[in-house]
Amino acid sequence: MPQLLLELFSEEIPARMQAGAARDLERMAREHLAAAGFLPEALKTFAGPRRLTLVVEGLPIAQADRKEELKGPRVGAPPQALEGFLRKAGLTQDQLVERDGVWMAFIEKTGRPTPEIVAEMVEAIIRGFPWPKSMTWGVSKLRWVRPLKRILCVFDREVVPFAIEGIEAGDITEGHRFMRVGFGWGGQPFKARDFDEYAKGLLEHFVVLDVEERKARILEGCKTLCFARNLELVEDIGLLEEVAGLAEWPTPVLGDMDPVFLDLPGEVIRTSMRTHQKYFAVRKPDGEGLAPHFITVANVQAADGGAVIASGNAKVLSSRLSDARFFWDEDVKVGFEPWLEKLNGVTFHAKLGTMKERVDRIVALAAEIAPLVGADVEKAREAARLAKADLASQMVGEFPELQGLMGGYYARAAGMDAEIADAIRDHYKPQGPSDAVPTAPLSVAVALADKLDTLVGFFAIDEKPTGSKDPYALRRAALGVIRILLESNKPFALTNVLAFAAMCHSEMPPSYPLSNEAALTGGSLPDLVPFFADRLKVTLKDQGKRHDLVDAVFALGDDDLVRIVARVEALDGFLKTDDGKNLLAGYKRASNILKAEEKKGWKGEGVAVLPPSASEPEIALYDAVRLVQKPLAEAMEAENFTAAMQQLAGLRGPVDAFLDSVFVNSDIEVERNSRLSTLAAVRQAMNRVADFSLIGG
Amino acid sequence: MPVAQSQDKPQEKPRSFQDLILTLHNYWSAQGCVILQPHDVEVGAGTLHPATVLRALGPKPWNAAYVQPSRRPGDGRYGENPNRLQHYYQYQVILKPNPPNMQDLYLGSLEAIGLDLRTHDIRFVEDDWENPTVGAWGLGWEVWCDGMEVSQYTYFQQVGGLDVSPVAGELTYGLERLAMYVFGVDNVYDLPFNDPDAPLGRLTYGDVFLENERQQSEANFHGYDVAVLKRQFEDMEQQVPLMLARAYQGKSLVLPAYDMVLKASHLFNLMNARGAIAVAERASYIGRIRDLCKLCASAWVEQQEAA
Repeated sequence: MPQLLLELFSEEIPARMQAGAARDLERMAREHLAAAGFLPEALKTFAGPRRLTLVVEGLPIAQADRKEELKGPRVGAPPQALEGFLRKAGLTQDQLVERDGVWMAFIEKTGRPTPEIVAEMVEAIIRGFPWPKSMTWGVSKLRWVRPLKRILCVFDREVVPFAIEGIEAGDITEGHRFMRVGFGWGGQPFKARDFDEYAKGLLEHFVVLDVEERKARILEGCKTLCFARNLELVEDIGLLEEVAGLAEWPTPVLGDMDPVFLDLPGEVIRTSMRTHQKYFAVRKPDGEGLAPHFITVANVQAADGGAVIASGNAKVLSSRLSDARFFWDEDVKVGFEPWLEKLNGVTFHAKLGTMKERVDRIVALAAEIAPLVGADVEKAREAARLAKADLASQMVGEFPELQGLMGGYYARAAGMDAEIADAIRDHYKPQGPSDAVPTAPLSVAVALADKLDTLVGFFAIDEKPTGSKDPYALRRAALGVIRILLESNKPFALTNVLAFAAMCHSEMPPSYPLSNEAALTGGSLPDLVPFFADRLKVTLKDQGKRHDLVDAVFALGDDDLVRIVARVEALDGFLKTDDGKNLLAGYKRASNILKAEEKKGWKGEGVAVLPPSASEPEIALYDAVRLVQKPLAEAMEAENFTAAMQQLAGLRGPVDAFLDSVFVNSDIEVERNSRLSTLAAVRQAMNRVADFSLIGG
Repeated sequence: MPVAQSQDKPQEKPRSFQDLILTLHNYWSAQGCVILQPHDVEVGAGTLHPATVLRALGPKPWNAAYVQPSRRPGDGRYGENPNRLQHYYQYQVILKPNPPNMQDLYLGSLEAIGLDLRTHDIRFVEDDWENPTVGAWGLGWEVWCDGMEVSQYTYFQQVGGLDVSPVAGELTYGLERLAMYVFGVDNVYDLPFNDPDAPLGRLTYGDVFLENERQQSEANFHGYDVAVLKRQFEDMEQQVPLMLARAYQGKSLVLPAYDMVLKASHLFNLMNARGAIAVAERASYIGRIRDLCKLCASAWVEQQEAA
C-alpha cells in the first residue's frame, strides 16, 4: 500500500524541543488520519536539528466510498420539520424515500483522494503546531520554531501539490549544512520520492536521521576515543540527549584540558564542561579522578581530523576553568561569615522574608530535631547556620546546581568539622527519586529542618501544590522527608515537629511579612499532615502496598511515619493469611450489625455481663476478647505489630463461630446487649491496630 | 533556496583588528548594507543604536552594518583581566526584512574573515535574546565556533513593546573575542590593532585602550558622583516626554528623545557600577527606562507608517 513521506525542513530547532516535536507530530498526524477514516499500518516520526520527518505506511489512495442513511421526520410531520431536515442534510424532497412511515435519505459519499487529505493535514499541522515558543520571520505570516525553509511531501512516490505561505511542497530536501560531496561546504539538495530514497540520501549527505542512531553513534565514538587513550567516559544521559539534538553528523572529538585545573573539585570541572560547553568528562580507568581531557561532539567530520576543533575547544575550556578557578580562589578568601551577611539582603520569598530569616529558622528547627535523630545539638545549629551561605558565593552564583556541594568543599577548605561540612553538603538531598538520602545524623537533622521549614512556610502562605503545578517542589520536599525518616528508622513525632516549625515562623521579628496567626494556622497549614499522608501513600503504593491499608493505619491518628509503615507492613502480611482474611470478613459483619443497632440507638453503655443463658460460642468469644486485651496492649506498647496481628489472629475462630451460630438481635434485652457488647469489644480491640472499616475487599 | 557558494580555497585571513572590521565592512557592503558609523551617545550594546532599535520598527526595508563601541561600566577590570573590558566593540548587522538566506550570508561573513568552515565546528545553539530596558525580544541562537560564542543571531519579534513586522534579523559579533580567536591571542591587549608590518609602526589593542580601561574603571567604580548621576538621570527622564511633545514639520522629535533615553540608560549603568542601586530598585529603574523607550518606539512607528 502507498506510503506518505513528509519532511519539514527549517533552521536550527532548539535541542530541548526536538523530542516533544516528534511526539506532537506523531499525535497530530494520527488524529488527522483517523478523522479522515484512515488506519495506517505504521506511522513514525523523527526530529533532528533541522528537520521533522513523518513517514506513514499503508495508506489507501483514497478514502473509501461511504453510504449514509439519514433518518428524517415522520411522514405527515409538520412541513417546518421536513424543511429543517432537508436544509440540514442539503437535500431536496425528491431524494427522500418513505420507509416504515418515516422519511429516509440514502446518500452515497465518494471518498476523497488521499493527497487532498494529506495537503489539508500538513497545513493544519504547520499552522497548529504546539511549539513551546514560535516566531515569524521576513514578511511571512507563518509561525514556526525558527524559519521554515522547505516542505517535502510525497505520497505514493508523487509530490502532493500544495503551498503554504509561499512554500511549495516538493520532493527535494537538503543534506548537512556544511559537509558535502566534493569540494567546499554548504547544504546539497537532493530528491527523495519515498522513505528509502530519503534515508539513503540523508546518509550520503551526512545526516543521521534517527536521534537514537545519533546517540548510539556519539556513545560509540566517545568509547572508541576513550579506549584508544585508556580512558573512561563519564556518562551523562541528559547531556547525550542534548548534544544529539545539536548535530546532524555527530562526531566526537577528544581534546586536552590543561592538567593544572585538576585540583578543582571534579564536580566543578564537570559542571563547567557540561553547562557551558556541553562536553563529556573522562576519567582514568583505575582511579576516581577526572583525566585532563574532554570530549566535544562536533557537527562535522573535519578535513584535518578535528585538530583545529580540539585545540579551539581546549582554549575555550581553559578560559572557562580559569573563571572557575578565580571563583574558587575568591570564595575561599571571602568565606562563610561575609556570605551570611549578604543573605540578609536576599529575599527568599516576598511573603516569607529574607534568606537570613530562613537560616535563623532552620537553625532553631535543626536544634529541635537533632536529639530525635541522634545528632549533636550544637553541631546541628552550626551546620544549619552555615548551610545556605554558599548561595552568596561566586561559584554557586555561576553554577546554581552546585549549591550545598560547594558549601561542603568550602567548609573543608576552611578546616571545619568534617561532620558539619558533610551536613552542609548533603542537606539538599534527596533531590529526586534516584538521589541518595543522607544518613549521617547531623546531615539528617539539617536536611529535615531545611525541608520542613519550606513546607510549613509555603503551606502557611497557601502555596500548596495543585494538580501538575508545584513550583516550589513541595512534593519533592515531603517525599524527601519521608525517605529520610524511613531510612533513619527512628521514632519521630511529625506533628510536634511541624508545630515547632510553624512556631519558628511565628517568632520572626515584627518586620516578617507573615503574621503570627497566619504562621501558626494560616493558609493551607491544616492540610500539611494529610499532604504527608498522601505522599506516604504514593511512596508505599510505589512499593506495591495497598493504599487502603495506609488509610486504615493513618485513621488512628498516628504521625510517626516509621511506625505507620511498620503497621502497614504487618497488616499487609496479616491480611494475606487465611486468618487475616476471615477475621476481616468477620469484622465487617460485626461492624455492620453494630452500625445498624447504633443507628437505632444502642449505645453499649455499662459493663457487658454474660447472661446465664449464654451459648458456647458466646462464652468462647467473650473470653477470647478478654484474654487478648493484655498481650495485645503489650505488643502495641512494644511496637511489635506482627505480634499484635498474631494476637488478633487468635480471635478469628471464636468470631467465626459466634457469627455463624449466634442470633445477635435477641428479643431478650440482656442477651442482645451482651452479644452486641462482645462484638463491640472485638471491634475495639481490632481498631487499636488499624481502622479495619477502611480496608477494602 | 540559494545555497552558499562553496569556496575551494580558504580566504586570506585579516591581519589585524582593524583589518577584521574592514573585511566585515566590505563583506556587508557588498551584500547591499549601508555602512554606518557608531552612534555618538554612550550605549551598552550595538543593538541600542537607533539604526537598530528604531529602524527595526515600521514597514520600511532597512539594511545596515556598523561598529558600535559599547560601554559596560560594571565590567571594567582596570585592564587586568585578559577578557573583560568596560569599553569594547560590537559589530552589528541589521537586515529588515531578514532575507531568506540570512544564515548563509552570515556564514559567508565568517568565511570572509578567514574561518575555514570545513575544519571548524560551527553551531547554532538556542538562545532567546531579550533586552528588558528597551522592551525587546527575539528568537535565535548563539553561534559557536569550536565551542566559543562568536555571534548572537536574532530574529526580532518585539522592540519597544511593539511587534516587529516585517521581521528584522540582527547579527552581533563580539569583535575583540572574535579577533582573539582568529589571531590565536590569549590576551585582548596583545591583539594587533593595525597590521603587524605597518610601515608607520605596529600598535596593539593595549597601546590604544589599556590606559582608557584603567582610568574609566576607576571612574566607573569610584569616580562618578552618585548624586549627580541620579540628578542627570531624572533630568533625562523628565525631558523625554517634553521632547516628544515638541514637533517639527508636524513630526514629534522622536530622534532626540531617543538619544535622551540612551543617556538615561547609560546613567543607570554608571549608578549600577557605583553600587548605588539596591537590588529592589533595579527592576523599577529598568521599568522606567523601558517606559521611555516605548514612548519613543510608538512615536517612531506612527511616523514611519504615516510616511
